[in-house]
Amino acid sequence: MTPELGQLALILALLLALAQGILPLIGAWRGNRALMAVARPAAAGQAVFVAIAFGILVWAFVHFDFSVRYVADNSNLALPWYYRIAAVWGAHEGSLLLWIFILNVWTVALAAFSQKLPEVFASRVLAVMGLIAVGFLAFIIFTSDPFGRLLPMPGDGGDLNPVLQDPGMTFHPPVLYTGYVGFSVAFAFSIAALLGGELEQAWVRWARPWTNVAWAFLTCGIVAGSWWAYAELGWGGWWFWDPVENASFMPWLVGLALIHAQAVTEKRGSLRAWTILLSIFAFSLSLLGTFLVRSGVLTSVHAFASDPRRGVFILAFLTIVVGGSLLLYALRAPKVAGGKSFKLMSRETVLLIGNLMFAVAAAMVLLGTLFPLVGDALNMGRISVGPPYFGFLFPLLMLPVVLLLPFGPFLRWGKSDTPILKQVLLRAGIAAIACAIVAAFFVDGQPRAIAGVASLVWLGVGVALYAAKRWREMPRGRRYPAEMAGMLLAHLGVGVFVAGVLITESLSVTSDVRMAPGQTQHIAGYDFRFDGVHQTTGPNWRADQGVVTVTRGSDLVGVMHPQKRTYLRGQVQTESAVDAGLFRDLYVALGEPMDTANIEGAWSLRLYYKPFVRWIWGGGLLMMLGGFTCAADRRFRIKRIVESETVEVLLVQETHA
Amino acid sequence: MRAFRGSAPCARMGLAAIVPRAQGALLQTFLVAFLLLASVLHAQAIEPMPFTSHAQELRFQQLTAQLRCPMCQNETLADSNAPIARDLRNQIFQQMQQGKSDEEIKQYLVARYSDYVLYDPPLKAGTVLLWFGPLLILLGGAGVVLMAIRKRSRTATAAENLSDSEPAEHGDDW
Amino acid sequence: MSRLLPFLGFMLLVALFGFGIWWNTGHDPQAIPSPLLNKPAPAFALPKLYEPTVTVSKSDLLGKPYLLNVFASWCVECEVEHPVLQAETSTLGVLLVGYDYKDAPEDAKRWLSEHGNPYGLLIADQPGQTAIDFGVYGAPESFLIDGKGVIRYKHIGPLTADVVATELKPAIAAVLKESP
Repeated sequence: MTPELGQLALILALLLALAQGILPLIGAWRGNRALMAVARPAAAGQAVFVAIAFGILVWAFVHFDFSVRYVADNSNLALPWYYRIAAVWGAHEGSLLLWIFILNVWTVALAAFSQKLPEVFASRVLAVMGLIAVGFLAFIIFTSDPFGRLLPMPGDGGDLNPVLQDPGMTFHPPVLYTGYVGFSVAFAFSIAALLGGELEQAWVRWARPWTNVAWAFLTCGIVAGSWWAYAELGWGGWWFWDPVENASFMPWLVGLALIHAQAVTEKRGSLRAWTILLSIFAFSLSLLGTFLVRSGVLTSVHAFASDPRRGVFILAFLTIVVGGSLLLYALRAPKVAGGKSFKLMSRETVLLIGNLMFAVAAAMVLLGTLFPLVGDALNMGRISVGPPYFGFLFPLLMLPVVLLLPFGPFLRWGKSDTPILKQVLLRAGIAAIACAIVAAFFVDGQPRAIAGVASLVWLGVGVALYAAKRWREMPRGRRYPAEMAGMLLAHLGVGVFVAGVLITESLSVTSDVRMAPGQTQHIAGYDFRFDGVHQTTGPNWRADQGVVTVTRGSDLVGVMHPQKRTYLRGQVQTESAVDAGLFRDLYVALGEPMDTANIEGAWSLRLYYKPFVRWIWGGGLLMMLGGFTCAADRRFRIKRIVESETVEVLLVQETHA
Repeated sequence: MRAFRGSAPCARMGLAAIVPRAQGALLQTFLVAFLLLASVLHAQAIEPMPFTSHAQELRFQQLTAQLRCPMCQNETLADSNAPIARDLRNQIFQQMQQGKSDEEIKQYLVARYSDYVLYDPPLKAGTVLLWFGPLLILLGGAGVVLMAIRKRSRTATAAENLSDSEPAEHGDDW
Repeated sequence: MSRLLPFLGFMLLVALFGFGIWWNTGHDPQAIPSPLLNKPAPAFALPKLYEPTVTVSKSDLLGKPYLLNVFASWCVECEVEHPVLQAETSTLGVLLVGYDYKDAPEDAKRWLSEHGNPYGLLIADQPGQTAIDFGVYGAPESFLIDGKGVIRYKHIGPLTADVVATELKPAIAAVLKESP
């Protein structure tokens, strides 16, 4: 399978993307149905060629085609087949190909499921997706071609970075990208709405399920990345506020605000301008993330090969897409505040407050992430912004959200009365305080752990109270529409997440110890007995493997096997052993032998006890489930029949606009 | 970039950046030999230290987690395998034994490695924008939100269209 | 007008990023600016590499400027730098002091016999303690110290012919002009 065919496929895809991007927009502007009708076939064609290109690269990896430089750099003869496939997106060029592949998946889905949308609107949406594709395809073809040859062909390749040789790392980029790229759909909807002057008031209802699904994927991707960092990077951390983590967190926060704003706009018709602006920001931050990891502008974990030429290209693309859309917003955003009004005590208000906090949090993360760059620009020396900054301000900003969350569902649209709220406050509040007092005895008075328990109870009881109210008041079958069930799941997930974070951060125990075979260390009620180290091998590594037997009292908890692997090219990787549990993780990392000549002797080890750490990802997964459940609501799938006369009217209006 | 000197210990560096490329037999042998040497020199972040109490161990862990490794700049001093990180950890431990406070230890490091080594940006003239920026944004945003609510409230009182809920769910306010 | 605010804010961001890309092309993003510039070098007392019983201290070197070059046998980029040092040692105009960092003396001596020895003076810091006082975090690094013992210039990373010509030599010239 000649790699050059892959390059050809990409070029053809670019041409089709150009057609998809430009022609339907002209068609929509001019009322030319033939041009508008180009959108779907062009999108399908582009998808086919991108899929071919992607397939060719996968083939090259699976069949050890080291004449392709990218394959030679990222795999070798001993790399197992599943990691060879993952290696496709293990470095810059391939990950961009993955990006455009996923963009095409979303576009095809959009093309397929938008048959009921008015033609003018749908063609604009698909055209915007096409223009985005043009940018990425051009970037790949002109600066980041994964199909470049390496001649003479080497006998064996380099290696995929060992930290990437892990199931979590295989899963994390595709899922994360599905989220990032998915925000392009909400973006495309908003641009189409701006271009068309929002003649179709229902466009937000169409955008909602797409946005919810994208956000859910992003949530899953972030959770996967965090879990992988914990399992693979060896030091028990799950979030480092590293620039690239922040680059995925900012669109997540803005996407969260967007989901809630869309709900308001769909049901009440208000806050339309905010919804449009938030969807532009969400996608812009996705693109910004792409820029940050590839331009080398920030010191980070994920620094892909940083090349100023690539940086300039992406920056130009970013300027055109985001600058253009913000300019369009300035010119065409609804100027008259439409939709239904609301008083201070209303659901709209708390949603606005929540959205304000999410937006400020995203701005804070942006500020902290970019501040080192500002420091360089203003010649203030190199400034470092890390967890002490983000970890202090973020919980502070989220505190109002956590406090207001139980009230949200109980408040009515437009105007609400206070008695029910007082009831919620009392019940959830007393439950939270009572549990906090009890918890204080179990957690040695640690304030953060107590706060974690209190938050969980506060939020959990709030969710339970509302679920009970629906059970009592609504007839069977209409108690929990999917959208509401999703909301309850997600809000519960917030409580689980907060509890996990606060408890693990305050009650974790870490200890570096020197142990000879047979010695036991006692940590948090568990006994870790070190049973020595022996050698073992894997497909492309050999390792020193330790055996650690964990008991609690007289019960055997498990036998753990931490490893220090040496890969083919000499890279050394610590594979920690994790004994996972619902309420605690036990974690062992192998250090160094005390005597390098005698690996059967004593070693240094790091032992961790991490309570409730799985609740962090469990909470995240609940939020993800909530997002997917919401999107499945029947209401979004009810067919909206658009009369052909309406289309004619629209076309006439469009032509005269 | 001073890649090779630090690449072996810097575990979290780069998705593809630092894997040496074997582009010639001689170079390949050399690189493997170097990396073997590097792994012998491979200082470890796991280093049992003779703490006198659990509280002292906790203090050490918290302090080193707030400091950036000058070599493996994506990692904290607590997590880094770089030789300089090991030296600095030992230095910090000794200073703790000598009774120095956290502030004094941080100052010691800043005097030698600049503010960059602190993950907690000190509040100075240059970082005022960093520390108070979010507050300013919050206040600005809150002002906008308040104005929006006021405007909506007023039209709401005037127009009395509050009682009609979304009819889609048979009077259900959801 | 307020609708233009997001656009204007974004363009500011673009300017910042543009600066970032430009800045990156000229600067090593990993280099930490030294807080010791134009401050007195730390006091030190280190043994000579070839005569370990003889100690060289900071006061011994006062009076004339010198270039302190931190190197090690385990340092790959030092091999890149070494030919440049050998070529320039006579044209620098100041004493070239080799600072062997965290190295076993035998390894260092072997490395020097393989790659050549351009240094006028060689001192060894095997424990690496003094290096911390200098703010060293790896090799190679080079310090230009003037006659009064003040650090006037620091370069992180290998000295290339380009860096020597455009930065180091002018710095040396400036220092020499003050105290001929």
